[in-house]
Amino acid sequence: MHTVISLLLRRMRLPLIVLITTYAVSVLGLTLIPGVDDQGNPWRMDFFHATYFVSFLGSTIGFGEIPYPFTGAQRMWTTFTIYAAVVSWLYAIGTILTVIQDQGFRRVLAFSSFTRKVRRMQEPFYIVCGYGDASRLLVRELSERCIHCVVIEKDGEKILDLAVEDLPDYVPGLSEDATNSDTLIAAGLKRPNCRGVIALTGDDHSNLTIAITSKLLAPDIQVICQSDSKDSAANMASFGTDHIIDPFEIFASRFAMMFHSPSMHLVYEWMTAVYGAPLSDFKRPPTGSWVLCGFGRFGKAVREYIAIEGVKTRLIEAEPEATGAPLDTVEGRGTEANTLLDAGIQDAVGVIAGTDNDANNLSILITARYLNPGLFTVVRQNQQKKAPIFKAADIGLIMQPGTLVAQNILGLILSPLLGDFFRLTRDQNEEWANVLVSRIAGVVAEVTPETWELEISVLQAPAVYNRQRRGHKVQLKDICSNPKDRSKLLPCVPLLIKRDSMDMLLPDMEEHLQNGDRILFCGRQDASSRLRYIINDHQALDYIQTGIDHPRGTVWRWIRSA
Amino acid sequence: MNLEKVIFAFFSILALTLNYGFFIGELDDPTHHNVYELFAALIVSLIATIMKFGDRAHIGALLLATSLVADLQLIAAALVWGYVVYVAESPLEPSVMSSIVSLSGGALLANLTSVILLVVETVTFRR
Repeated sequence: MHTVISLLLRRMRLPLIVLITTYAVSVLGLTLIPGVDDQGNPWRMDFFHATYFVSFLGSTIGFGEIPYPFTGAQRMWTTFTIYAAVVSWLYAIGTILTVIQDQGFRRVLAFSSFTRKVRRMQEPFYIVCGYGDASRLLVRELSERCIHCVVIEKDGEKILDLAVEDLPDYVPGLSEDATNSDTLIAAGLKRPNCRGVIALTGDDHSNLTIAITSKLLAPDIQVICQSDSKDSAANMASFGTDHIIDPFEIFASRFAMMFHSPSMHLVYEWMTAVYGAPLSDFKRPPTGSWVLCGFGRFGKAVREYIAIEGVKTRLIEAEPEATGAPLDTVEGRGTEANTLLDAGIQDAVGVIAGTDNDANNLSILITARYLNPGLFTVVRQNQQKKAPIFKAADIGLIMQPGTLVAQNILGLILSPLLGDFFRLTRDQNEEWANVLVSRIAGVVAEVTPETWELEISVLQAPAVYNRQRRGHKVQLKDICSNPKDRSKLLPCVPLLIKRDSMDMLLPDMEEHLQNGDRILFCGRQDASSRLRYIINDHQALDYIQTGIDHPRGTVWRWIRSA
Repeated sequence: MNLEKVIFAFFSILALTLNYGFFIGELDDPTHHNVYELFAALIVSLIATIMKFGDRAHIGALLLATSLVADLQLIAAALVWGYVVYVAESPLEPSVMSSIVSLSGGALLANLTSVILLVVETVTFRR
């Protein structure tokens, strides 16, 4: 704010001096020029009346010649004063308008108003750098869950998009370069309520710079970065970036998982799905020979991962030498029938259209399907806004980098335990996943489950704490019961209890809760608020454990006991 | 030589000297205190204030503050004068004149501080 005012004042120096000088000369002139009063005696205007006269004259109000009619000399001076005052006012107002319209001034104004908004934020918030597909989705999901964030984006157009986006929570945005440390500090990097920095600029080097800046200036906050290559991912990890998200790597590993354990894949999909997305179906891609179009970052990751599953791929790549493709690669884009035929599309079981061009990917899909209608299709969708076309194309599996990145970051922010859960599921087999999938499908109706975390502590679960202190044991099934009818369970599945260094995957419902337990749940959203109610309300927990609905007030308790 | 500095110093010192010129004389004697001098002191003081606008250095902020004090004192003196003569329509009593002059005395002190700061800034200026 200081910069804005001082900038304005500095630019207003000359116009103000001109204005004051004009007024001073006019007033002085009026007091010096001899006049006559109503009796015809010589008279000179005093400072008070001269100031009064010039003030109303300068603003072109004009009350007339006061206190006595003017002489010729006074009128001549007044004529000069009128023009001088009007010109200096025009000059002053013109300068103000120029300053306000000045790009540099507007930038300073936007910066200072952004800084002020960030300073006023009292609740925890995240800094999102870059406003592309992934960030747009992430910001929307965060604001729907009442988690505050601020956005920094280099491109002013995209910040305008943010302003017109109809978000439930107010998200301040600034059009500046996030790799600049001043910008990050203005966005609240050093504020105690800043929880984390999320770097999704779409450029690995910028993300790296943001991560380094954040880790150096605020070592304690969480830094989440997108990285599209292994080199920069390793670099980011080397200075303690908390989470590095590589969408291609994630997709490739999930896709490979579909071959050997489709149910496990479903668990992953559901746990990280966006808010209120429809429940995806069980799919198992066929093992056999696949055709992979495009050997960029995406193609390389997919090929590497599905090779572990024993799936063979024939490649089609426009620039085989530049991308380092193997020798049997067919040269071409894959959009033409002959390249697809050369790669053996007619004997293949599936096709992966993984180039960085959406139109080409769709073209590959349609041509391949024409040549071999029974193919399992996997298509990479680069731009979020093309979603309706991809949806209409009836594709087996769509890879949206933006959505994948947003979902994964959201999972990390909302329930840090989800990471532990996924780590533990790696040791489980397909049958275990099958049981879990059917359990989850049993509690959620049609939309993907929400995941949430609870901590059994004095502050977060006073009711549980209170009962434990009185010597009662509280079981997991107690807090998962319906507070209206204790014979029914809430539509949720406890996934994990983390107690000290012990992890309990899919804990038993009879498990006794202990102080300090962190529990990960998934289920319907309404179950989450009911659960929070139970662990906060003595009465509800009392009813669930004993089946007796005790009266709340002292008077009623006394009447009941009497 | 920096022309900006010259003009700046010129107005600061002129504000001080004009102020002093009005202030000097018998405290309650209207004949010793010319209204034109007060007018000139006020205008020059206002211009000196605007010259100090937008300087973000610490000493610049101090200069601006002292200048604003001087303006305030001089405007108060002019208002007292105007009120007594044209609103209350009473002659310039010695008591009124002394309060006008003492107000301008306060402004003189502020202007003096301003000039001292200016000198300090010039002395510590090294390049």
